[in-house]
Amino acid sequence: MRDAFLNALTSLAESDKDVVLLTGDLGYGVFEEFESRFPGQYFNVGVAEQNMTGVATGLSLEGKKVVTYSIGNFPTLRCLEQIRNDACYHDANITIVASGGGFSYGSLGMSHHATEDLAILRSLPNISIVAPCTVKEAGEAISAMIKCGGVGYLRLDKTAAEDDIYKQSFTIGKSRRYKEGNDITLIAIGGILDEVNIASIELKRHGIDARVIGLHTLKPIDKDEIIDAACNTGGIVTIEEHNKDGGLGSAISEVCMDHGTLPRKFLRIGLDNIYSSIVGSQQYLRSRYEMDSKAIITKVRGLF
Amino acid sequence: MIKIDKSKQLANNIRKHAVTMTSLGGSSHIGSILSISDILAVLYGSILKYKSSNPKWMERDRFILSKGHAGAGVYAALAESGFMSVEKLRTHYQDGSDLSGHVSHKGIPGVEFSTGSLGHGLPVATGMALAAKINKNEHRIFVLMSDGECDEGSNWEAILFAAHHKLNNLVVIVDRNMLQSIHSTEDTLALEPFADKWKAFGWNVVEINGHSHSEIFNVCSNQNKPLEKPLCVIANTIKGKNVSFMENNVLWHYRSPQGDEYDAAISELEKNDA
Repeated sequence: MRDAFLNALTSLAESDKDVVLLTGDLGYGVFEEFESRFPGQYFNVGVAEQNMTGVATGLSLEGKKVVTYSIGNFPTLRCLEQIRNDACYHDANITIVASGGGFSYGSLGMSHHATEDLAILRSLPNISIVAPCTVKEAGEAISAMIKCGGVGYLRLDKTAAEDDIYKQSFTIGKSRRYKEGNDITLIAIGGILDEVNIASIELKRHGIDARVIGLHTLKPIDKDEIIDAACNTGGIVTIEEHNKDGGLGSAISEVCMDHGTLPRKFLRIGLDNIYSSIVGSQQYLRSRYEMDSKAIITKVRGLF
Repeated sequence: MIKIDKSKQLANNIRKHAVTMTSLGGSSHIGSILSISDILAVLYGSILKYKSSNPKWMERDRFILSKGHAGAGVYAALAESGFMSVEKLRTHYQDGSDLSGHVSHKGIPGVEFSTGSLGHGLPVATGMALAAKINKNEHRIFVLMSDGECDEGSNWEAILFAAHHKLNNLVVIVDRNMLQSIHSTEDTLALEPFADKWKAFGWNVVEINGHSHSEIFNVCSNQNKPLEKPLCVIANTIKGKNVSFMENNVLWHYRSPQGDEYDAAISELEKNDA
């Protein structure tokens, strides 16, 4: 996803001199070409995320379209108040990019597990939140977010699902349907959609025909697709590599409750309010915390 | 050149407005506002380039009050400079008003940036200064911050950054009144040797009397360009300046002047009118 993001950003920087990339001293072996090609459009601000976000706001208020980049929780939680007071309140044009959503950096430990970012940022007014499900989506997302303006959070995952076979166009706030089905709707955010796609094939063998939705934008959320799933399928299961509190499942339940449409079945798959002191690969941790395809199959079958 | 008498009258008007605003609204921080009134008067009266009829004029100098709790002082300066009516000041801090206790830009022409949480103004100003360099613009960026605010680590990130990028279009004025929320800055989290810290970070540092209009004017007129360094002006001030019973008294970081105290404060200030 990171490469797709960078390729798209490079195209944007080529055609628009106001596109500026700030990194918090991360991206070794990644940004060198961008730096040499676009002097005045790239600054390594050092290990200083609060200042990075403040500088981004200052640049933006002077007309720049700014991307701040770091990994895990550094460009978000470390400088949350700068995002809230400086960027969001001032209608800045900043896309905050975190490489390494969820357990992407699983073996690096708890500090590098980004498992509350979506919930925390979702509570801020005046921000869009996008966690692409596929590689292609990562490129589409950064292009759309910069063109759209405003403050956005782009959460990049190390893993990704296969691209959408229906070739639906990318729109912020509009989810993509990856598979039709009426028995249940599986809604995933981020690269963990891959696990859901695998699970849906196996579920069909067990007689459960699942609709699969990749919800790349958590905010603004695709209410129509959620209500359609609640009304026209057997229920909703949400899958997120993130804490359950405040994340995708919470957001979807809010939509349903606000609309007065309760899904016949409802289950949230995600982290159960823990910090993981156990390390391992992303795949290992998904399995350990019961959000891999095998766990999804078991939990969905348990609803029937 | 600065007209000292006119500048001092502007400072006194800012002080009188601020005392009235904090009294009417029952708000805090009058000591912090009196501390910077002379600086605001020199900036708005003699230094900053702006057009009150066109607040977003591209060539304007940018001014950020990072010690947002002294926002009433900026609102008063803006009213005196034609950005809003003086009458509007009377709504400050009250139900339904957009003149909040901490300075906010929403609906207030002339306020460049909203603050209130300390340690935000300088990083943003640094970004504005970088943008001006990239765009080859000539305007300057001024930040007025408190000394207690220098406890915030975000400032020191920006201080490193501004020096590294040789942002000589950036001017920081530190309101060095030596008092913070509960005790002195030195008893709370010692800042001294304060000037040396800024110098060590690569800044051009000048110490002045923050109530001397000529000193404020002279240092802020310095374009600083030959040095290729950002400028830090340490303005030695007195918290509560020009209201005798508020001077150097941390109580007036919080207390709102009411009744006899209000009358006494206004009476003292009126004696300074030309």
